[in-house]
Amino acid sequence: MKISEIAALLNAEVYTENHDDVTDIRSACSADLMSDVMAFAKENALLLTGLVNPQVIRTAEMMEMKAIIFVRGKKPQQAMIELAEEKKIALLSTEFPLFEASGRLYQNGIRGHGF
Amino acid sequence: MGQVIIRDFDIPADDFLAAGEASSAVRKLLSQLGVAPDRIKRTAIAMYEAEINAVIHGHGGKAHVEIRGDKITIVISDKGPGIEDLELAMQEGYSTAPDSIREMGFGAGMGLPNIKKHADELVINTEKGKGTAVTITVYF
Repeated sequence: MKISEIAALLNAEVYTENHDDVTDIRSACSADLMSDVMAFAKENALLLTGLVNPQVIRTAEMMEMKAIIFVRGKKPQQAMIELAEEKKIALLSTEFPLFEASGRLYQNGIRGHGF
Repeated sequence: MGQVIIRDFDIPADDFLAAGEASSAVRKLLSQLGVAPDRIKRTAIAMYEAEINAVIHGHGGKAHVEIRGDKITIVISDKGPGIEDLELAMQEGYSTAPDSIREMGFGAGMGLPNIKKHADELVINTEKGKGTAVTITVYF
């Protein structure tokens, strides 16, 4: 799924413009602990999290992820949006909780790698 | 890669927006040098966790990076309080980080184990009251 398709599926708001909406995203990881994302996740393109701070974007960058979805209606601050634009990482926000958002993506073919 | 590349970075204290800048720059540099993606990711993760540690525990510090031949060596040093019990600190789940750090998504006792997992070599020199130097080596 492209980022725009994921946004439509989760009724999510997209905060960035400078991101890749061509790549077919097939895998995701859901976590609030960034160290766990780096310890266990392998080749996932998407991060779902309830944590909102600049280090979430840094973590996604180190893991070469394409997009971050903030769940439970959490929204990124301006400094985070600027950092994400610089790194070409998409930022999305959905009202769905982590379980529900992950489930909807899974139902539509997104899988988890690693663990 | 015949040449030796040396880079030095400051790691500012208590600046959570800047934390990770040094690791980000090294990641970009390795990518430009054509290093294999999985080696870049290992290096980036190990360095980033060490950088975060320096911010959390060490009141900031420095990163010294040397790329020569088939390897990268990263030294992250701080003048923080040192690690009192290194064996304990290496265990998953052990942490002395305050709640404010846990709210950042770190401080769950995964940092040092994560560095060990992703580095090919890890050397930690620490002295109570003087600081800590973490040396990470990754072979390409």
